[in-house]
Amino acid sequence: MKQMSLFDQSDRPVQPSGARVYTVSQVTSRIKTWLDNDRVLQDLWLEGEVSNWRSAPSGHIYFTLKDAAASLRCVMWRSTAQQLAYLPEGDGVAVLAHGKISVYELSGQYQLYVDDLQPAGLGALYVEFERLKARLAQEGLFDRPKRPLPPFPRCIGVVTSPSGAVWRDIQNVLRRRYPLAEVILAPTLVQGEEAPSQIVAALRAVSQVPGVDVIILARGGGSIEDLWAFNDERVARALAAAPVPVVCGVGHETDVTIADYVADLRAPTPSAAAELVVPDRRELARQVADYRARLVAGAQETVTRRRRQLLSELRALRRLSPQSWIDRYRQRVDELSHAAQRASAYRLALNREQLRGLRLRLSALDPKATLQRGYAIVRRAADQRVVNRVGQVAPGDHLVIHVSDGTFKSMVEEGTP
Amino acid sequence: MSELETLSFEQAFTELEELVRQLEAGDLSLDQTLALYERGMALAAHCNAKLDMAELRIRQLAPGLEPTALGDVPEPDTFEQDTEPDTPF
Repeated sequence: MKQMSLFDQSDRPVQPSGARVYTVSQVTSRIKTWLDNDRVLQDLWLEGEVSNWRSAPSGHIYFTLKDAAASLRCVMWRSTAQQLAYLPEGDGVAVLAHGKISVYELSGQYQLYVDDLQPAGLGALYVEFERLKARLAQEGLFDRPKRPLPPFPRCIGVVTSPSGAVWRDIQNVLRRRYPLAEVILAPTLVQGEEAPSQIVAALRAVSQVPGVDVIILARGGGSIEDLWAFNDERVARALAAAPVPVVCGVGHETDVTIADYVADLRAPTPSAAAELVVPDRRELARQVADYRARLVAGAQETVTRRRRQLLSELRALRRLSPQSWIDRYRQRVDELSHAAQRASAYRLALNREQLRGLRLRLSALDPKATLQRGYAIVRRAADQRVVNRVGQVAPGDHLVIHVSDGTFKSMVEEGTP
Repeated sequence: MSELETLSFEQAFTELEELVRQLEAGDLSLDQTLALYERGMALAAHCNAKLDMAELRIRQLAPGLEPTALGDVPEPDTFEQDTEPDTPF
C-alpha cells in the first residue's frame, strides 16, 4: 500500500526556487479534510477524565478529556447539552463521550465534538446496549411483524423468577381479571451471569407446553445492571423465535431493554403485562349483559315488525276478498231497492191522486146529476135515440122523457127551430 | 352434558356476538328470530356461568424445565390476605 502523504505532489504550488510554500489555511483545511475522512474518528466512543469543564455564556460547553498520558479538547454544543440526561458534576469525573474528531480552524486545534455523554461505568454497558441495538435493528429483528395477542388466552406461559413480588402480582392480576385461563410458570433467574441462558431455556420450555398461546416475560425494577440479562442477544433471539406472542414487562416504565424492542408487545411493568394479556371479566360480563339486552331488543323488534307486516297483509287481503265484493254489492242492492220503493210509493200516490180527479170529473159528467138540476133527456120512443135537435122529430112522434126519478111519455105537437 | 356446556367461554362469547349481529341485521323469519333468541340467551347464561365459576389454574414447570413435568403451584398465604377483592359482579 502506498504510504499516506500529507502533501500530494500534484497540488504543490510551484515556486521559482523549486521550494513549495503553502498558506496556513491551506494546510489546516487539508488536515481537516484528512480527519473528516477518517471513519473511526468520525464515530467513536472515548473514555476519559473530565477537566477544565467550562460552560460558556452561549450555552456551549468546553472541556478536556484526559488519561494518564494524553489529553483531548472537547466541545459540546448547547443543543446537545440540553438534551443529555447526564452531565458530569465537575472535573475529575470519568466519562464516556461519543462524537467525532475535527479541526477548529481558527485556533488550529483538533477536538472532539461531543454528541453523547455517559458516566464511565454505565457508559460501557450503554455503549454495548447501543451497539447490540443497532446491530439487531439493522438485522430487522425489531421490525418483524408483531403478532396479535389472542383475545381470550387459554394458557398463559409466565417466564419470571418464582420468588418475589412479580410472580405474585402477575397471579393476582390474572386471577382478578380472567380466571378462565391456565397459567404455566417457567421459573428462571432474572439477573446475573446465568440469567440469559436460563431465560432462553425457560422461554423455549414454556412455549413447548401444549396449549400455551401467549407468554409473559417479566422482571421487577432494578438498576441497569440488574436488568442486563434482558439486553442479552441470546434472549433477544429466543424472543424472536418464540412460536407464540410474547409480552415483555421488565422493570419500570422508564426502563427499556432490547427484549422490549423484540417482544410482540412491550408493557411498562410486569403487572401491566398481565393486564395486557387478558381481558377483564367485569368488562366481559358487561358485554354479555349488553348482548343479552340487544338479543331481547332485536327479537322484540323482529316480532313487532312481523306483526306490523301481518296487519298490513290482512288489510290488503280484506280489500281483495269476495266478502268485500259481496258487501259492496249488497249495499248497492240495498240502495237500489230503497230507490225502487221510494219510486213506486210515489207512483201509487200519484195514481191515487189522478183517480180521485177522474172520479170528480166523472161525477161532474153524471147525467143523473144534471137531471136533478131540472134538465131532461129526450129520446124518440120508436128507436130510443136521444133527441138534441128540432129536426129529429116531427109532430105526432112519441117521445120518452127521462127526469131524475123516472120517465114519462109525451107527444110532439109542433117544433120551432 | 349438553352441547352448550362443552363450549369454552371464547366459543360461547364469539357465537353470542355473531348471533346479536345477525339479529340486528334483521330480515330474519319469526322462527329464525326466536331460535336465535333462545340460543343467544342460553349462550349468555353459559358465558356468565363461566365467568362466575372460573378459578385460575396454576402449574409450574419443574426446575429441570422439562415441558412435561408440571406441578400444581400451591397458593402462597399472601393471596389469602389479598386486599384486591375478586368482586362477584
